[in-house]
Amino acid sequence: MAGEAREVILQGIRMANAGLGRPLPIEDDWRLIPRAFRRTRQTPQAELLAQLVHRLQDYDAQVLTVDRDGVSNGIARLLQARSASRMLLPEGFPQNFLPPGFLFVTESGLNATEIDGYAGVLTESTLAVAETGSIVLQNVPGQGRRAVSLVPDYHLCLVEAADVVATVPEAMERLQQTATLPTTFISGPSATADIEMTRIKGVHGPRFLDVILMVD
Amino acid sequence: MTTAATGKPLDPSTAEPFPILAQGLLEDSQMRKNVRHATDVIQNKRRIVVGELPEWQELREAGKRIREHTMRYLDRYLEQFEAQCTRAGGVVHWARDAAEARAIVVRLAREAGANEVIKIKSMTTEEIQLNPALLAAGIHPYETDLAELIIQLGQDHPSHIVVPALHKNRQQIREIFRREMNLPNLGNTPQDLADAARLFLRDKFLRVKTAVSGANFLIAETGGVCIVESEGNGRMCLTLPETLITIAGIDKVIPRFQDLEVLLQVLPRSATGERMNPYNSIWTGVHAGDGPKSFHVILLDNARTRILADQEGRQTLHCIRCGACQNACPVYRQTGGHAYGSVYAGPIGAILTPQLQQMEHAQSLPYASSLCGACYEVCPVKINIPEVLLHLRDQVVRRKSALDPEALAMRIMGIVFRSEARFRAAQAIGRMAEAPLVRREGRGEGWIHWLPGFMGGWTEVRDLRAMPQQTFREWWENRSKPGAHDGR
Repeated sequence: MAGEAREVILQGIRMANAGLGRPLPIEDDWRLIPRAFRRTRQTPQAELLAQLVHRLQDYDAQVLTVDRDGVSNGIARLLQARSASRMLLPEGFPQNFLPPGFLFVTESGLNATEIDGYAGVLTESTLAVAETGSIVLQNVPGQGRRAVSLVPDYHLCLVEAADVVATVPEAMERLQQTATLPTTFISGPSATADIEMTRIKGVHGPRFLDVILMVD
Repeated sequence: MTTAATGKPLDPSTAEPFPILAQGLLEDSQMRKNVRHATDVIQNKRRIVVGELPEWQELREAGKRIREHTMRYLDRYLEQFEAQCTRAGGVVHWARDAAEARAIVVRLAREAGANEVIKIKSMTTEEIQLNPALLAAGIHPYETDLAELIIQLGQDHPSHIVVPALHKNRQQIREIFRREMNLPNLGNTPQDLADAARLFLRDKFLRVKTAVSGANFLIAETGGVCIVESEGNGRMCLTLPETLITIAGIDKVIPRFQDLEVLLQVLPRSATGERMNPYNSIWTGVHAGDGPKSFHVILLDNARTRILADQEGRQTLHCIRCGACQNACPVYRQTGGHAYGSVYAGPIGAILTPQLQQMEHAQSLPYASSLCGACYEVCPVKINIPEVLLHLRDQVVRRKSALDPEALAMRIMGIVFRSEARFRAAQAIGRMAEAPLVRREGRGEGWIHWLPGFMGGWTEVRDLRAMPQQTFREWWENRSKPGAHDGR
């Protein structure tokens, strides 16, 4: 019966499209789609980073810009401000970034309830999009599986300046090679506008998002 | 009262016609205020973020062409999606109609040993009326989107594609939560209400092992699925359970990963007026150690191939469910979503619902529009909704009996208008026939206030001016005659 439904649906589509004809091979027809929008933007990096910071802040994320040597110190400052002492790390997070005086636990195979027991999570990121204020996480070392950056109430995320792109098309191009990895776009902390269109920060995803932007 | 709050799902095959539902709802001034407020806010936000993109029109055109191309090669892309998703460890099912889709979900949930499931907001599951079927099978569905939770706990219906509870204000929501979550001291700020929802659902996210979702995009090239959301309830459902069942219309497929470069720009800006919504999830099949171990996709037809076969109606399938047309529609903004008797309300609902019903039901919906074109202007994939509305009105008329009074009247008018002699005769007869109906004195002189029979609908809400005593033709012909210019 299952196979039958498949055939009926596909046959229905072919009949519906029969009158249109397909003069071109599918790939050639796809290439004809006009994409007359900006793929990228020639902007000085400082401007790009400033835009990213502004957009992240606009959606209620807190941003700290530091150079590579200042990362560890920056993490300590933010954790202190959040009073977050028990932090979860995905596998492969660079240990040299970790400041002393906090408990960092590298996760492996915790269940959701166990993850929920941590105050926050500290991850790296794959890239960030300046125009939309988005950060992209994938399942790679330093970013980990999706549950780890989702269940804790606080997410502290490192973004490297070199991974910041201007536009969404640029981001998709960079992600193309790893498109099948579990991927999450994050634009600010979780939010809803379901009640009278009032933006409320923090529903089920992390309610607090801090970003450390690493510039060289 | 209205159809709301009865707990029965919105069913276009049994719903009252739009004018009757609308008449009742127009008296609900609180609902109208809520809808107007919410749609005003979204429209303003949308206007600002759309204005930030100088290439908005180019993006719309690209979006339209991506959807057109996809529909032309839809069978190929569905087969490709199936192959790639299967290769990545997913299981693809096909469902011809709502009943088949419901049966597959129930079977899969039972196989997973589930007596409860968590759900991501999905209009497709509303379309197939999944929740009653799950309940009947002894499986309790928990809606996890805040608006859907409000709807579910309030035994209400979604009235908008993106913000389904926009017809409720904070006091109304607070009453529902206080009652259903047993929180007598609940505050009424939006923050209090969101916090209550967080606590209520947290335990479900951590406990329930099976999730049901819709999909925003199925990526043929990779076999991946993309879901766009705000609250993180989607991420919870996609990540924590062991089994995930995704239901998507066959129209949700897109050719390539790269095509998201357009759709992820136009969808959030159109839907919620955000540059990007808080969360997008993209996953492909099953990924060891990350997310569900068992992943199913149900590809649903439910009359979509029939819509595809209609050359003028098929652009309806290009819709990416942003809801911008609803916010912009002067009719929707007055009546709210429930007047449409379908989970798909507003302009897109007025064209999608009757077609999903194969024109057998919901025939009043193509008329629920002033054809002002605001919906077309805001549509991120340039669906010409007014054009499809007219096409469907034509379909509705064609389905009527030849003896239908309106159809009969139109046919007679056609005959009359084709001949000058018949037209002149009709004018003369008209002047005589209307004579007893025209007011001769006092207020409203020269106007008709009442028409008999089925024509009475016209004069119920407005007056009709009496025909002039002389037609233009008569005046033109008489003007050369002696004495005709006397009045100058």
